[in-house]
Amino acid sequence: MMKNTRVLSLENISKRFGSVVANNSVNIDLYRGEVLALLGENGAGKTTLMNMLFGHYIPDSGSIDVLSYEGQMEPLTLGHPQASLDAGIGMVHQHFTLAENLSVLENILLGSEKIWAWRHNRSNARDKITKIMNRTGLYAPLDEEVGKLTVGERQRVEILKALYQEVKILVLDEPTAVLTPQEADTLFENITAMTKDGLSVIFISHKLREVLAFSNRIAVLRHGKKVGEIPTSEANERVIARMMVGEETIENPRKKMKIGSPVLQLNGVSSKGDSTRTSLNRTNLTIHKHEIVGVAGVSGNGQSVLAKLISGLAEPDSGELLIDGKNIKYFSPNEMQSLGVGRIPEDRHHDGVISAMSVAENLIIERLHDEDVNNKGFLQNKSIKKNAEELIEKYDIRGPGIDANTALLSGGNIQKLILARVFECMPNVILANQPTRGLDLGAANEVARRLLEARTRGAGILLISEDLDEILELSDRIMVIHDGSLTEAIDVSREAIGLMMAGEKA
Amino acid sequence: MIRIEPREMPSKWWTIGIPIISAFVAILLASIPLTLAGANIFEAYRQMANGIFGSTFAFTEMLTRATPLIFTGLAATIAFRAKLWNIGAEGQLYLGAMAAVAVGTGLIDAPAFILIPIILLAGALSGAIGMAAPTYLKTRFGADEVVTTLLLNFIVIIFLQMMLEGPLKDPMGMGWPQSEPIVDNGVLPQLLPRMRIHAGLIIALLTAGLVHLFLSKSIWGFKIRAVGENPSAALHAGINVKRTFMGAAVVSGAIAGLAGVSEVAGLRGYLTTDLSPGFGYTGIVVAMLAGLSPIGVVISAIFIASIFVGADTMSRAIGVSSYLADLVVALSLICVLIGGFIARYKFIRTNKGNV
Amino acid sequence: MDILQILLTESFWAATLRIATPLIFGVLGALICEKAGVLNLGIEGIFVAGAMAGWMAVWFGFSLWTGLLVAIFVGGFFGLIHAILTVPLGLSQHVSGLGVTMLATSVSYFTYRTALPKVSSPPKIEPFQPFDVPFLSELPFIGPILSQQTAMTWLAILMVGLVWWIFNRTPLGLSIRAVGDNPDAVDAQGLSVYGIRIGSIIVGSSIMALGGAFLTMSAFDSFFFGMVNGRGWICIALVIFASWRPGKALLGAILFGAFDAFQVRLQTEVGAFLPSQVFLMAPYVLSIIALVIVARRAEYPRALLKPWFKGAR
Repeated sequence: MMKNTRVLSLENISKRFGSVVANNSVNIDLYRGEVLALLGENGAGKTTLMNMLFGHYIPDSGSIDVLSYEGQMEPLTLGHPQASLDAGIGMVHQHFTLAENLSVLENILLGSEKIWAWRHNRSNARDKITKIMNRTGLYAPLDEEVGKLTVGERQRVEILKALYQEVKILVLDEPTAVLTPQEADTLFENITAMTKDGLSVIFISHKLREVLAFSNRIAVLRHGKKVGEIPTSEANERVIARMMVGEETIENPRKKMKIGSPVLQLNGVSSKGDSTRTSLNRTNLTIHKHEIVGVAGVSGNGQSVLAKLISGLAEPDSGELLIDGKNIKYFSPNEMQSLGVGRIPEDRHHDGVISAMSVAENLIIERLHDEDVNNKGFLQNKSIKKNAEELIEKYDIRGPGIDANTALLSGGNIQKLILARVFECMPNVILANQPTRGLDLGAANEVARRLLEARTRGAGILLISEDLDEILELSDRIMVIHDGSLTEAIDVSREAIGLMMAGEKA
Repeated sequence: MIRIEPREMPSKWWTIGIPIISAFVAILLASIPLTLAGANIFEAYRQMANGIFGSTFAFTEMLTRATPLIFTGLAATIAFRAKLWNIGAEGQLYLGAMAAVAVGTGLIDAPAFILIPIILLAGALSGAIGMAAPTYLKTRFGADEVVTTLLLNFIVIIFLQMMLEGPLKDPMGMGWPQSEPIVDNGVLPQLLPRMRIHAGLIIALLTAGLVHLFLSKSIWGFKIRAVGENPSAALHAGINVKRTFMGAAVVSGAIAGLAGVSEVAGLRGYLTTDLSPGFGYTGIVVAMLAGLSPIGVVISAIFIASIFVGADTMSRAIGVSSYLADLVVALSLICVLIGGFIARYKFIRTNKGNV
Repeated sequence: MDILQILLTESFWAATLRIATPLIFGVLGALICEKAGVLNLGIEGIFVAGAMAGWMAVWFGFSLWTGLLVAIFVGGFFGLIHAILTVPLGLSQHVSGLGVTMLATSVSYFTYRTALPKVSSPPKIEPFQPFDVPFLSELPFIGPILSQQTAMTWLAILMVGLVWWIFNRTPLGLSIRAVGDNPDAVDAQGLSVYGIRIGSIIVGSSIMALGGAFLTMSAFDSFFFGMVNGRGWICIALVIFASWRPGKALLGAILFGAFDAFQVRLQTEVGAFLPSQVFLMAPYVLSIIALVIVARRAEYPRALLKPWFKGAR
């Protein structure tokens, strides 16, 4: 890459939330036309840092300078997305900032015109966007409601939004989390092409492989500090992994096991989702004792319906679901639990725990009719307390205490709470839905360890994950879900699975 | 620039202090409309205090006024804990009163210890149905209960007029739309001679105790709290959300119905269309001021009743409109809302930009 | 007892529009607040406040149009209270709205009673007179109906068009529609979520107040306690029925007005068989039925009832 102008400089940026230090005196420079990867595990402070660049947060200390259009480095007004946009900084957020009730065009137009204007100027906008789409190869249907688009299409809209605002610096937060491997490749091809035109890019990732494949330089964050910076040409997986975690990563070896009898079977199950894409259509799936079956796929292809069925939150329209060989007629979460199905929900804050209730209460929420919790309709506070104390010890759940609001726990500890709740019941079937999403490596490892333990014990596990590496590491067998159909992957290479995720034949 | 961060654990002092402070702030703010109305503030407050503490009669009047508020406050508390917005306590109160009058004006001939429980039961059942119906519409059709319970209030009151001019009309009432009086055996006994305070207060206090017990210590109470805080997580965990809503609805409505029974069978003796000057709605403020705590409801109801009784006396004495009471009640609600916010968050001053 | 005959009389349709007018204002006002993501249960109280304030301004000698401005201002004031409680403070929209209703109602009643001592019949003002639009009043059938309407009804209808235009053709309306679906989207584009929401609530509340003002300054000529009688709540139900669209709001209000006008007439026909109260109940029952019918499929603004805080990601 040409040694050239610096376009962005973050100096000594620090930020804390309450007692948690998110960023500690971080220094980052960005040069024109380069792709800088910001690498770190979940919770390292990458997103917080970029959020400050984009004006969502104000740093406690430090400054940010941006190259102005006149060629000078000028300080950036902090805390206002508009100021960052005006300075030429755009961000593609991990959780898309799109209004689903509006069309693609409207989402792009939003905020780009004078708010007191008497009418839109849509035709101009349309022309400009079409030009951008042609130049970059990123297409999206302008008049379609965003709510109807696939995840990949929505991401393209997010990028188009930034390009429409003529940004010079583009930040992408975990851009490939929702893409197939092939889509990820295409995305980075597009991005590289744009850098030739002078666009400077920062992308946030926790995936070593893609960081090595697609960046010019890598900056590594750990526990809020920048611990290293290295040109990609000089880096390799082991070196940056060590920088990222600070020690050798623990491997969870998956021993080969002899599978047992089927614990979960779906025979010809069809169930309606929001659209045909997200509905299950005559699906077949079998999971045996001592087995982890991974379901790979881009989100929005039917995973939610599958998860809902096994959680007892939905009924199949046709076909049968068998647990331990028994045909399920009546679907409810209670029923599933009593049959030995443990469920780790995808959205732990929305479905997993009740934030306003205490840790002790959340630990027994699925056992309200058990003898040690319920005595003639009244809560057995003593044994609930004892149960909580034992479990936080056993599962290393860290927080202000068993009577503290669960809202005060970190994501990793909330997940440990959910694991405690699920695994203590010794379930025969476990539904693990995006179990390590948003967790740091330590916590993610813990989850993987427990899943493997359960597998050794004899459980059959359905692992739904967007993280292909996780699927490859933990699964005995891999199914790929696309447009509501489940297909077994015979060729378990990344490329083959990637193609199946996109609906193409390997 | 001020940044707001949630407090880690709101301290107990805040939780109790906020309603008390809000109440005082509201009373103080009342001095503004008082001044604008041309009243002497000290005289006004003096007369208010007189109306509450000036005599034993005044004091018992205040307790009598608090009785229905305890019931409707409890009704709101249970419902709101489940995030079930029962704004229909006013209608449920009247349904309870109508049932009391239907059953207690001579239909059944029995001694007091049988008749009174029957009347209470009829009123509770009637109120329960009044809340069960909108809640059913919510769980089955997704119809927002705020609107349905509100509209139902109007329907019930019109229905009441219809009943009082029809089947429930007192033939000896000289043409006024009022019901026959409750028979002697059905009347809730007086607690003190020559005072209007009646056994409804005892029933209210007992109900408060029971509600407190069940909400904090029972599985049922746990479910209500869980569903109110996060219905999707509760559903996922195996709690029957619909059944929990219905349960909360039925109990909430029943208690509101008891408010009606208490007023008719304890205080007035017969039913008219102006039995309730908005007890149902005021109950919501009572509940919010109490922080949705059943024991707090008793204290809060006494406070609000004091405002009304005091304002009545003040109004008669110095001629200021007694709507001042409604104003103070409304201000209390808003103050306690703001106060709750202040308790839950702490304020940090930050410099705009950076060093 | 010919239904068709009733439907063909001019007086029926004139009454329909008269009944519908306050509802149009109310539904538009509530719609604007909800589109921006905030439920405004202060509507019932704001109706009372608008009715009282507008009327009182005229009583004290100001012109009718000044009275409307006063109503608008008062509505905006109570809207501001609700806005502050629900937007930057993020408090319960249900409780805040009920609080505002109680506050607005009690302030209005207190002010009225303090300014005007009790008399046997409530004092009157000179209300808006029927407004004759030159060309339209010549039209057959529609003409006489329209010429019986006052300027406020025309204002209401114009307002439907204005609100439609703003929502669908201007950047401001786009940002309101966006903020009710995903405030993060609006924030990320550099706009102020707080500003848009607070502004929408104030404007929506001002329009609601006009609904109340219509009662005392056009439909009737005096203010009396209990005159709003649940119209505000009916508007909240009608907003859902109207799928948050101005055009459907107009339609819903007119349909409702028609039903209400119809039941009044029906009462005189079949009054002997059914007690009058059955007819009085009809509007409320109808609202509940309408709500139940549309509830299942209602596409609520996605961010409705969810507080949004700057910097909470």
